[in-house]
Amino acid sequence: MRFWIGAAIVLAVLVAVTATVQYEYFFFAGYTVLMFIVLSTAWNILGGYAGYVNFGTPAFFGLGAYSAAVLYKATAAPLVAQIALAAVTAGALGFGAGLLTLRLRGIFFAIATIAVTVIMETVFNNWRYAGGATGLQLLRPPPIAPFESYIKMLFVVMGIAAITAVAIARYIERSWLGRGLRAIRDSEEAAEASGVPTLRLKLAACTISGALMGVAGAPMAMYLSYIEPASTFSLNYAIGALASPMIGGTAHWLGPVIGAAVLSTLQQIITVTISNETNVLLVGVLLVVFIVAAPEGILGLFKRFFGKR
Amino acid sequence: MSALLKIGGLSKNFGGFAALTNVSIEVAKGERFGLIGPNGSGKTTLINCVSGLLRNDAGSIVFDGEEVSRMPAYRRTRRGIARSFQVPRPFRTMTVLENLLVPSAYVVHMKDSEGEGRAMEILRSIGLADKANAYASQLSQVELRKLELARAMAAQPKLLISDEAMAGLAGAEVDEVLAILFKLNEQGITIIMIEHIMQAVMRFSQRVICLDAGKIICEGAPAEIVKNGDVQKAYLGA
Amino acid sequence: MGMPLDLLLEAVLFGILLGGFYAAVSMGLSVSFGLLDVPNVAHPAIMVLGSYCTYVVVSKFGLDPIVAGLALTPLFFILGMAIYRFYYELFERRGGREAGVRGIAFFFGFALIIEVGLILVFGVDQRMVEAPYIGKSIDTFHDIRIPLRTLTVFAVAVVLTIALTLYMSNTFTGRAIKAVAQDEAALRLMGANPVRIKQWAFGIATAASVIAGAMLIIVGPVEPGMDRVYIGRTFAVVVLAGLGSMTGTVIAGLILGISESIVLMHPVLGASWAPAVSFLLLLVMLGVRPQGLFGR
Repeated sequence: MRFWIGAAIVLAVLVAVTATVQYEYFFFAGYTVLMFIVLSTAWNILGGYAGYVNFGTPAFFGLGAYSAAVLYKATAAPLVAQIALAAVTAGALGFGAGLLTLRLRGIFFAIATIAVTVIMETVFNNWRYAGGATGLQLLRPPPIAPFESYIKMLFVVMGIAAITAVAIARYIERSWLGRGLRAIRDSEEAAEASGVPTLRLKLAACTISGALMGVAGAPMAMYLSYIEPASTFSLNYAIGALASPMIGGTAHWLGPVIGAAVLSTLQQIITVTISNETNVLLVGVLLVVFIVAAPEGILGLFKRFFGKR
Repeated sequence: MSALLKIGGLSKNFGGFAALTNVSIEVAKGERFGLIGPNGSGKTTLINCVSGLLRNDAGSIVFDGEEVSRMPAYRRTRRGIARSFQVPRPFRTMTVLENLLVPSAYVVHMKDSEGEGRAMEILRSIGLADKANAYASQLSQVELRKLELARAMAAQPKLLISDEAMAGLAGAEVDEVLAILFKLNEQGITIIMIEHIMQAVMRFSQRVICLDAGKIICEGAPAEIVKNGDVQKAYLGA
Repeated sequence: MGMPLDLLLEAVLFGILLGGFYAAVSMGLSVSFGLLDVPNVAHPAIMVLGSYCTYVVVSKFGLDPIVAGLALTPLFFILGMAIYRFYYELFERRGGREAGVRGIAFFFGFALIIEVGLILVFGVDQRMVEAPYIGKSIDTFHDIRIPLRTLTVFAVAVVLTIALTLYMSNTFTGRAIKAVAQDEAALRLMGANPVRIKQWAFGIATAASVIAGAMLIIVGPVEPGMDRVYIGRTFAVVVLAGLGSMTGTVIAGLILGISESIVLMHPVLGASWAPAVSFLLLLVMLGVRPQGLFGR
């Protein structure tokens, strides 16, 4: 119950902020942070709970973005429909990729996800209707009332997506599904021997994870009024989605949220003040440091220092 | 007595290596069955095929009247085949109690509220009740072995395969584990015991089969097996 | 097929040369991942690092790039041993999938650091080296011109492959490495220390990577992001071959090289589809026959 009250408060704050703050950059930055919260939470469902590392976040994110863009170009469908389609296509991709590779060991799944990303990017590079390598320009519709600017609307939409993603992750974590995934993570063979239908659960996690990543990508085209393959399928999404939970903590739904908030904010500051390369270097270093020294992430550190449970 | 498990002509190859060749075994309901053989003879491969972790290349596995060799492992567990692992594989990030809740939820389909009560009973019966809330990563070797058995018990099996549950344990500990297995058998569970500790196998089994290099070389009552020349050769070399 | 015959012939010829190169480049991964089971996704990044180190040595000392690569092997050998030791202490020891996830993520982070480190030191522009065989071509049948550098690299690849294969079958350590891949417990019983052997093997794999890096910069200019496309190629070769098969690596490399070459030279498909070839092969292999063509 406390969770839902908290969620309602967060949503109220987000809406209130759009009414009061006028500094546009705040909403661009905020949108990015919220987007990474969705991506990290989605990643963690398969990566943290089940223990299957996914390098292919850009594939699902990008497919979601392009699904939305192509649907809008073809039918001028509203944002809600775009997001729904993105969830379906990215979820289907998750299911398909999972079916192909989740029977194998974790590392094969990880490499396969890279393969899926490159293939996706190549496909969209060659699809003229979607703009090919040069990309697609899109004209935004006017924002839905009561929002005065489109970016403010997207900000709240992504906020709702973040709350939804976290709610789903939290539900999975506390349910029988979560326990089954944890059993798979701890010892897949013992899990099978204990009656856990490992392939089915992994497929479920992969599909849900993929669908949520697609949802995170869907508003991208409207956000930029433009979409093209190279930046849409950028490795940065893979890095952010993986590093945030590993830094924030993978065992609990709060981990990816904290990790994404901290990392995304840090990244934006450094990219603006120093350089984009330093930003990626920082993420790489932080990732390795946390993996080695603080495997339970920021949440784990809190637990150790304050004895919370 | 009817056969609970009927293995017919089972073969398993790894690349060019024949791990099991034409193995046929029948285990009766309620029987205490021992499986012995030197290292590398194929004992664990055999259980992996029976429990479903591996697919056999040829032959049939009929459990409780049903052919299971094409079934995934989790389905076989749900049909009543449970096994413990030679090197314990606990769910390390869960407590002892939570370890048992996995099979009780996934095999017996109990809600946690019911499952916890049943799990505590099991833990009490094997002497792990005081560790119920300890993390599996904190247990000692003996306790881990007991947890393996407890987890198998939580699946309410018809057949329990114990894979070297006593390896590396000292005298009194061996007796403890043996007592647990006897008690389970009294409750009607068929038990296949794989062990190197001869005195445990002899005390426990009604019938023993000896494997060597993937083939059955001897079958019979414990006393006969011990005296059998082929068995002695297999263990001690030529 | 959509291709005129002499174009196809040219593509196959280049494919063979390219394939030999890919095979040699993947040898290191065949050992570290195929035999030792280390999830070394940083392998291509280390290779690119090797390219840059070769570049530095060539620029500073005026050596031939192949000689430079060879000179760097002891350094990279030690680096490889250190990396494995680090990985073993932190991840392999702890066991379980948790360690597996962290192990993969660790190498991913490591690759990232290498890539960005290279950008910070050398910038994003391409670097190349000069040598007497770079820039010239020889003419063969059907008016096909083969760049001399491609032939040189192919020759080095052949030598490297033969050397490694001989090492693995004929020396004590080589056979110990193969043995440890098959049955670590038995090896321990024989008195050998599996960790030391694996460490040594990883060192060799990394030393092979710096030679691969030297080959890479001979074949063409390098830039820090190249490790990404080589992840697909090296893992495709290793998976196609089947883990632990050295001969398989050669054949798989040839298959990949020829496929890529045909796509690249195809009038319709061309360069925009070429990067996906290795990844497509990889996915198909994983889906259809994950143990590879010659796998254990």
